[in-house]
Amino acid sequence: MTQDYSFISNWIAPSSKVLDLGCGTGDLLLSLQKKHNILGYGLEIDPDSITQCIARGVNVIEQDLNKGLTNFADHSFDTVVMTQALQAMRYPHLVLDEMLLIGEQCIITFPNFGNWRTRAYLNFRGRMPVTKQLAYQWYDTPNIHFFTYADFEALCLERNINILHRQCIAEHFPDRQLKSLWPNLFTQTAVYHLSR
Amino acid sequence: MPSDSPAANAIGLVETKTVDIEQPLVLACGVTLPVHRLAYETYGELNTQRNNGILICHALSGDHHAAGIHAGESRPGWWDHYIGPGKPLDSDKFFIVSVNNIGSCFGSTGPTTINPETGQPWGADFPSLRARDWVESQKLLMEHLNIDCWAAVVGGSLGGMQAMRWSLEHPDLVKNAVVIASSMKLTAQNIAFNEIARRAIKSDPDFCDGNYLQQNKAPLRGLALARMIGHVTYLSDELMGQKFGRQLRIGDLVDRNADPVEFQVESYLNYQGDKFSDSFDANSYILITKMLDYFDLSREYNNDPVEAFAHANCNYLVVSFSSDWRFAPERSREITDALLAAGKKVSYVEIESDKGHDAFLLPNQRYEDALRGYLNRVAEQLEGQHP
Repeated sequence: MTQDYSFISNWIAPSSKVLDLGCGTGDLLLSLQKKHNILGYGLEIDPDSITQCIARGVNVIEQDLNKGLTNFADHSFDTVVMTQALQAMRYPHLVLDEMLLIGEQCIITFPNFGNWRTRAYLNFRGRMPVTKQLAYQWYDTPNIHFFTYADFEALCLERNINILHRQCIAEHFPDRQLKSLWPNLFTQTAVYHLSR
Repeated sequence: MPSDSPAANAIGLVETKTVDIEQPLVLACGVTLPVHRLAYETYGELNTQRNNGILICHALSGDHHAAGIHAGESRPGWWDHYIGPGKPLDSDKFFIVSVNNIGSCFGSTGPTTINPETGQPWGADFPSLRARDWVESQKLLMEHLNIDCWAAVVGGSLGGMQAMRWSLEHPDLVKNAVVIASSMKLTAQNIAFNEIARRAIKSDPDFCDGNYLQQNKAPLRGLALARMIGHVTYLSDELMGQKFGRQLRIGDLVDRNADPVEFQVESYLNYQGDKFSDSFDANSYILITKMLDYFDLSREYNNDPVEAFAHANCNYLVVSFSSDWRFAPERSREITDALLAAGKKVSYVEIESDKGHDAFLLPNQRYEDALRGYLNRVAEQLEGQHP
């Protein structure tokens, strides 16, 4: 997952104010603190991750994203980031709206369910895909909304969300070579830089 | 890492020190204390840069004996679980200062000490206090101890209020504030409980309008009742259920003729009330509960907590406990949200606990890990490892 961090890092201005939704143990914020001297905050609900953030010097707030972000003022952050978590939100489109309200810009990364490997898995095995990136059974997965690169493009169009940059990440052959030709088929992780 | 052996970890014997602060202390109410005495304890050593001090701010009924054991006694200080070598407030790294604040009754100037003007105990005439008065008095102790800057000011409940007030009144003297189970101001319900406690004290015939010491009396029943009310509010329904349920200590409810009947919880509360009234002063209880009621962090900042915290210069750790209904997690969220809006560095944790408000005094692994993680960073920054 370090490749999406490098794209994210390029889109973050030095010394800016960044909110990371679902920050885990604070890897991204820590790297942005070191590289760009940002003022960063992470939201997290996992107790062990929170403890680790504190010990690493990452500002972390215990807060459940599904309960909304109404405690943050509009435009109070330069960038609001969410990596690999949108598919786990109860209402992804509303989370996106809130992110674009409290941040001037947003960065989203998500696993592309339209990748040919997941398509082939479902097609040929007739079972819900369990891959390295989506390593859960259908019944215990936190990922409750599967969507594709094309789905996300359509959502942005529908909700008038401005796409500043998009990056497709694929690690393997032939995905890496073909992802720019057929992004919906070969992207593994999509990284979007958005504004309203 | 903490040692596996508690004995090896213990801070050991500690002694209370006292100092007569001879600089006049102008209180918020306008009264000046020309001299005031402070009882305090210290754990650890002040470093040569004089910047590794941690101030412990006690709550309503707390005292300066936060850690270690007094000679001839077996009970350690009230926060011994968290203070000592290898503990979250590590006395190998920090110079930890714990002071009994003025108006209290454990050796510092307060209602039970002599008013030099009258030669009598202050009693009910002790001047009204605000949290800022405690902060200013603590600052004079800080100067006496030759500490340049607090690495952290730490406190729970009323102690958290002092930590926040420190960060606003002396932003350049505080690097970190650890605000535990606290609030920017009390709710109506909270003030109501305090008033019931005060009324209980004043209703005791031995209260004598607060001049009971001169008459060799003490409103023990009233103070015990005040504490019993307070004690219930510091616990959670769940914990009391677990601890006592409907267990009987005396009697039998099946045999309808078996009188008297006493529930375990009755016996426990009466014991707690009596124990407390033997050790605490009624005027101090009234004085300090009023101080809690009057506290309003942002009153002088246009009632805007964001504007208030804009004056601060330190980093914050805010901690709440899920079952605390006297200083509920929502109050700590308000503190955190105001700090976020003011652009201050803050971390917030809500610790899962069934122990109510008292949880801030009790062992809890997650709470311990959060304090340890945060204060380890503070110590590392002092050493310049993470500039």
